[in-house]
Amino acid sequence: MHESPEVLKILAAELIDRVKVHGATEADVMVAEGDSLSVQVRLAAVDRLSKAREKSLGIRVFFGKRSASASTSDFSESSLKQLVTDTCALAKAVAEDETSGLPEQAAMATDVPDLDLYDPTTMPVEEAIDVAQRAERAALDVDPRVTNSEGAECDSAYGAVVLANTHGFLGYHRSSRFSLSVAPVVEGPDDQGMQRDYWYTVSRKRHELEGPESIGRIAAERTLRRLGARKVGTQRVPVIFDPETAGSVLGHLASAVSGYSLYKGASFLLGQLGKPIASQHVNVEDNGCLPGKLGSRPFDGEGLPTRKTMILEQGVLANYLLDTYSGRKLGMTSTGNASRSIGDNPTVSPSNLFFHPGEESPDEIIQSVTQGLYVTELIGFGVNVVTGDYSRGASGFWIENGELAYPVEEVTISGNLKQMFQDIESIGNDLVFRGKLASPTIRIREMMVGGH
Amino acid sequence: MPCLVKRSSLAQILVVVLSVEIMSEQVVPFEHFALEEREVEQALARVNVRAVDYADVYFESTISESVSMEEGIVKRAVKSISQGAGVRATAGEKTGFAYSDELSRRDLEIAADTARYIADSPEGDVTVPVTHRPAGTHNLYPLERPLTDVATQERVDLLNLIDQEARRYDSRITKVMASINTNHKVMLVATTEGLRAGDVQPLSRLQVTCIAEEGTNRQVGTFGGGGRVAFSFYHEQDRARAYAREAARQAILNLDAVDAPAGILPVVLGGGWPGILLHEAVGHGLEADFNRKKTSAFSNLIGQRVASDVCTIVDDGTLPSRRGSLNIDDEGTPTTRTVLIENGILRGYITDRLNARLMGIPLTGNGRREDFRSVVLPRMTNTFMLAGTSEPEDILRSVKKGLYAVSFGGGQVDITNGKFVFSASEAYLIEDGQVTKPIKGATLIGSGPDVLKQVSMVGHDLQLDSGIGTCGKEGQSVPVGVGLPTIRIDEITVGGTSA
Repeated sequence: MHESPEVLKILAAELIDRVKVHGATEADVMVAEGDSLSVQVRLAAVDRLSKAREKSLGIRVFFGKRSASASTSDFSESSLKQLVTDTCALAKAVAEDETSGLPEQAAMATDVPDLDLYDPTTMPVEEAIDVAQRAERAALDVDPRVTNSEGAECDSAYGAVVLANTHGFLGYHRSSRFSLSVAPVVEGPDDQGMQRDYWYTVSRKRHELEGPESIGRIAAERTLRRLGARKVGTQRVPVIFDPETAGSVLGHLASAVSGYSLYKGASFLLGQLGKPIASQHVNVEDNGCLPGKLGSRPFDGEGLPTRKTMILEQGVLANYLLDTYSGRKLGMTSTGNASRSIGDNPTVSPSNLFFHPGEESPDEIIQSVTQGLYVTELIGFGVNVVTGDYSRGASGFWIENGELAYPVEEVTISGNLKQMFQDIESIGNDLVFRGKLASPTIRIREMMVGGH
Repeated sequence: MPCLVKRSSLAQILVVVLSVEIMSEQVVPFEHFALEEREVEQALARVNVRAVDYADVYFESTISESVSMEEGIVKRAVKSISQGAGVRATAGEKTGFAYSDELSRRDLEIAADTARYIADSPEGDVTVPVTHRPAGTHNLYPLERPLTDVATQERVDLLNLIDQEARRYDSRITKVMASINTNHKVMLVATTEGLRAGDVQPLSRLQVTCIAEEGTNRQVGTFGGGGRVAFSFYHEQDRARAYAREAARQAILNLDAVDAPAGILPVVLGGGWPGILLHEAVGHGLEADFNRKKTSAFSNLIGQRVASDVCTIVDDGTLPSRRGSLNIDDEGTPTTRTVLIENGILRGYITDRLNARLMGIPLTGNGRREDFRSVVLPRMTNTFMLAGTSEPEDILRSVKKGLYAVSFGGGQVDITNGKFVFSASEAYLIEDGQVTKPIKGATLIGSGPDVLKQVSMVGHDLQLDSGIGTCGKEGQSVPVGVGLPTIRIDEITVGGTSA
């Protein structure tokens, strides 16, 4: 950290005072700073070492119902003066928006809970290099067919954020993030070509990172099992998403239940609140205050307390994800999901969004399928959140009589998200939080697999 | 996994090649970054130890403005100013990199010390050569009026015009969203080889999204364009309103779309943006870094056939005013036109300094970085297939049952196994040589080293895209262009839902 919390808070408070002098009726200010170290090794040598210090400051001003935002990384007096003048001028140039404004004063977070998101442990360069080298070594040692590597990366980052507004809110919190990933390349006999896959660990705490040897070994195993992948015939079959790919399905749900998509009419879940949109055993929760989790934060991008919000409850669409603006548009109140890039308007994003785990193990789910596709990677952007139409490139494994028979690649899976949620037949017991979106293994009753 | 887009010695002031405001080269004082040339020299000297092959300091300042409209009102206006410097040193295959958004002498020194770390030797035992400017620099985007001079009101008026036009197109258009983004970037790079080069890089993009409704059927259409162009570009040739009509037309068209087929089919791609095929199928695989590391499906295929003989594909950063064009790349190398595939034979890779040096191949001017926070990687500029000789109508007529795809969303590729996808957003069935029903969006999937062997006809109608592409690689986004004539692909897997 380059500045103490007090210095950042004073800076934010001073800017609030300054924009008031310019006649702003409401305003908020966000100041963020961070440090990071990233080490990439490849074939045992240090490939890239990056170190960074960053800071940024954003203001949003309201003149009645007109507003504008601006940001800068230059904290000099002349720069801040210019920033305030420019933002106020910008606000006067846009149209009035009746819905705009800060949250209600009464809704602001009154305390900043300690969610255990910050670990001050530093990771010296030598240690990061060692961790990355060990992970890559472990991958290369698994099998002689692991001949090459995209490298291993070990990162650590620390950040602090201050948010202040004209309601008198002044919040500060800091967080840390440590990660390690390995991407081996394997080469099979001539006709099998090359494959790449990866594995990773990410955590807010240094000591919670999984061991480099285990990450390397899993990365190599995940890559080796793809050798000899082939296409399958075009057919309709059950599709199982592994936890990594099932998380992307939650991402599409998050877009569809975002207040912004809904009031713009750009969601396949428009008008579905309170209705069953998924099979009865499907529960999806968003929770911004789980201690130590990657999507947690003590207050949201507008200074509202974060909370638990059930999105799907026994298959029924129970709530949307909202900030103040999109909530007002829909006649609702914020769910504390405002997300902010410095110097821009709030938007909505999930905090920790996850399927409640079910009873079955991943193996049991695979065993339940006679002929089908087990998906381990998805590529492309073929998802239309307005219509729910879904068509993506996939790779994974063909399931024959309840067993993974051979690797599959260069196929598509397609359907419609509306139907896919209705068709979630099984949810695994293997829920692990590896990011903001977390899912166990899920089985979809049937999708179209496009191949030869 | 890729998807898929500031100074000298001898007591002179820093000399930069500038291409804004007037048509000729300009001298820009170092003070643009509130630094003295001496401080930059000192940072370079600090990083330039014996074991370092090459080091550079990259300075950048960017002013971005974004104004957007929805529900008929312009409600969002955002401005951001960022500046900073990145210091990089390479030694063998190793890269040390550090950046800071503070431009003080102290910050540059800290960055230089970090960058030098990889070289593992003490500072300051090598002399910096005499400085020089790049030879053969272009002047591809002279603007009479910088984008920063465009008043917010002009942007607001442009968006209002778009809203009216889209709503007038059809009463079923219920929502119109539009945004105009402009970027004014000034960059300078100083290297241990003595190169001092700078550029002013304007960039803008206008994007329109429409939603059409008919009962419970709701569809979306998107269109946009831009480039390294002046704001007047959007009014010329009535472009802004044409974008609005195009977004509205796509949304209305999709109201009648039927399910796409699944399986292997012949596909005819229209001109322009469908060139995203080339970007994903071959472009990324020919970036030098993946080939040096031998992790690309195209590794060791130079001189071999990777496409049918009607395919010649180039990457060209020298096209005037294009979104993917640059006068110089982010290492100060003037951009070039690089032949990637010539009559079906793989000819070359696109390079940055590090990979060109390590592989012993020419510099192509493709060393790019998103900003000062990012390291340089070999990246595409404008990637397109040269025109062939076929009549576009003949190409369509040649297909008995297949797909005609004219607009796409994004694409993505797995470099190592070569599998790529790109997702059609406007496509039609071809039945007995006739374009018939519009179909719902579908993803096309293929294998990079194989798909272009399936290209049997290339039209004479080469078209470049309208200026909307952004390419992502290792978390870095850079603006790019693509282009394609009408082509026929004999076989590719289509990911629809109907059997």
